[in-house]
Amino acid sequence: MKDQLRTSLFHLLIIGLMAGLYFTLPEYHSGVLARAMVLAVYAMGYNLLFGYTGLLSLGHALFFATGMYGLGLAMQHLDVGASTGIVFGLIAALVISTVIGFLALRTTGVAFMIVTLMFAQAGYLIILWMGEYTRGDEGFAIQASERVLAGIDLSQPDNRYFAALVLFGISLLLIGWVVRSGFGKTLVAIRENEERARMLGYNVHRHKWVAVIISGVLSGAAGAAYALLFGYVGATFATVQYSIFPLLYVLLGGAGTTLGPLVGTVFMYYLIDLSSQVTSAYLLIAGVALILLTLFAPQGIIGELRKRVFPWLP
Amino acid sequence: MEFGPHFFLASLEGAVNAAVLALMAVGLSIVFGIMRVVNVAHGEFFMLGAVIAWWISSLVGGHPAIGFVLALLAAPLIVGAIAVAADHFVLRRINYDPERTIVATIGLLYVIQQTTLMTFGPEARPVEAPFNTRLALPWFEKTADGFSMYWPWGLSTTSYKLAVIAAAVVILIALWLFMTRTKIGLIMRATQLDREMALTHGIPVDRVYAMVFGLGAGIAALAAVLIVPIQQAHYLMGGDPLLLSFIVVIIGGLGSIPGTIIAALLIGMSDGIISVFFSPTVAKIIATLLVAFVLIFRPQGLLGKRIA
Repeated sequence: MKDQLRTSLFHLLIIGLMAGLYFTLPEYHSGVLARAMVLAVYAMGYNLLFGYTGLLSLGHALFFATGMYGLGLAMQHLDVGASTGIVFGLIAALVISTVIGFLALRTTGVAFMIVTLMFAQAGYLIILWMGEYTRGDEGFAIQASERVLAGIDLSQPDNRYFAALVLFGISLLLIGWVVRSGFGKTLVAIRENEERARMLGYNVHRHKWVAVIISGVLSGAAGAAYALLFGYVGATFATVQYSIFPLLYVLLGGAGTTLGPLVGTVFMYYLIDLSSQVTSAYLLIAGVALILLTLFAPQGIIGELRKRVFPWLP
Repeated sequence: MEFGPHFFLASLEGAVNAAVLALMAVGLSIVFGIMRVVNVAHGEFFMLGAVIAWWISSLVGGHPAIGFVLALLAAPLIVGAIAVAADHFVLRRINYDPERTIVATIGLLYVIQQTTLMTFGPEARPVEAPFNTRLALPWFEKTADGFSMYWPWGLSTTSYKLAVIAAAVVILIALWLFMTRTKIGLIMRATQLDREMALTHGIPVDRVYAMVFGLGAGIAALAAVLIVPIQQAHYLMGGDPLLLSFIVVIIGGLGSIPGTIIAALLIGMSDGIISVFFSPTVAKIIATLLVAFVLIFRPQGLLGKRIA
């Protein structure tokens, strides 16, 4: 319990720090951080599955896009408000991750990676195919006048930053609590030795399935928030590239750490932001980073810090 | 055009697809079979082959055939050398761990693709075919007095497309002879069967792995040189063939070369035919879902044997 409390206090401190950054940083950076916080929620969802459960998915863009299109299509075609749109996005992500989890978890290892990749690719192609509603590659914008939640105009930069912070804060506290709970510790046991966890009497399949669902819903929440805060829904967010990004963020920040996703996202975001001012081939940085990380720092930034300096980091 | 000639034309296009796909997928399949790693950068080796073919043919003047033949010889060697270097500096160092290899080859994919974007540029560039005679094809019709032959308008192919099919068949036969009739092929198959046992018999497994990775990439580059006069070279051209060859390798049974070739014929032909009559997007949706469900319910592939 003491452990739980200390983790939560530490996370509250981080959330406070992020709030403080808004008042100290110039406007450009708070815009970048708002985006990075939403993507960090996506990476946190990914991390629960990859970092804590040891399941490497190459198809998380499907969950992100499901949340995004769940909200976007409902607001565009059913004429609902932002709050109902969020509910649509979350339910869509819940349904899709439950089904995909059920199917994909029949496989393990490399087959799991390819199955998730194929489902995500099918999802992307379906978005293109239903171009009549989704406007395919081009996507569609959500008008600023519709992006109002509980009377707060989310197209304003300050409201947007704090909305992103609220989502990020809730997700961080939730993840911090989940991974310190018995459930989270069982996930780590499965990651470390699946056979032993099964022999000890844990229902491995059900634990993994729940992990996929939580991970998928968090990713979907990030997708819905991205559409709502930045006003654009497009098929780019369903491509393989968007499945690779959370993997990259988590590897860079540190798999199996609660703060790794945020650190990795912010770091990578600035790296790509800086390099895209120099060259249009900014993905080169992502490629080099992936290779260097697998070779030299498989634990990521926070992982290495925890190993060398601060063993208490959650 | 009537249905019969139209279908015939679609199958010819499909056969060209299938020929190139078979080469590409066999490259992926031997790498998976022998090294037990999934090479996500395989599509980029294909793309590099096409880009190098363009580069060589634009350097060499004279008849297009000279540049093409040079490209046919040089591109697989250059790409193979790049792959060997990648094996040496990256894959060997992470001990061919399956999951880390996938992450590393994703990195390699971006590095190769984006470097090409920076140097070669975003345009699609054509390579002239060494020969390209248009051949009109006859069609048979049943009339009251038996069969009669006529030449429907639009039913034609080129000599180059037929040559691509023939070349693919020759390369595949040569590869099969290499794997089954030579000492190096024997060593490769021994490594595939049991890595540890091969090591104890003094087989330099590290060198075999480097060679296999280079060979796989070289075959992909060869396939690209063959197709580039039909398709043009572009820095993003590796994506679709990668996806399709994944599909082929999985349907054909991971690591089984005859299965891979049969699946390539099946998928290449049907992809060509379905794309002519229906939307290519629907064809791809069906194909990707098929792969997912085959892996879930029949992980040994449709033609592969179940490993106990």
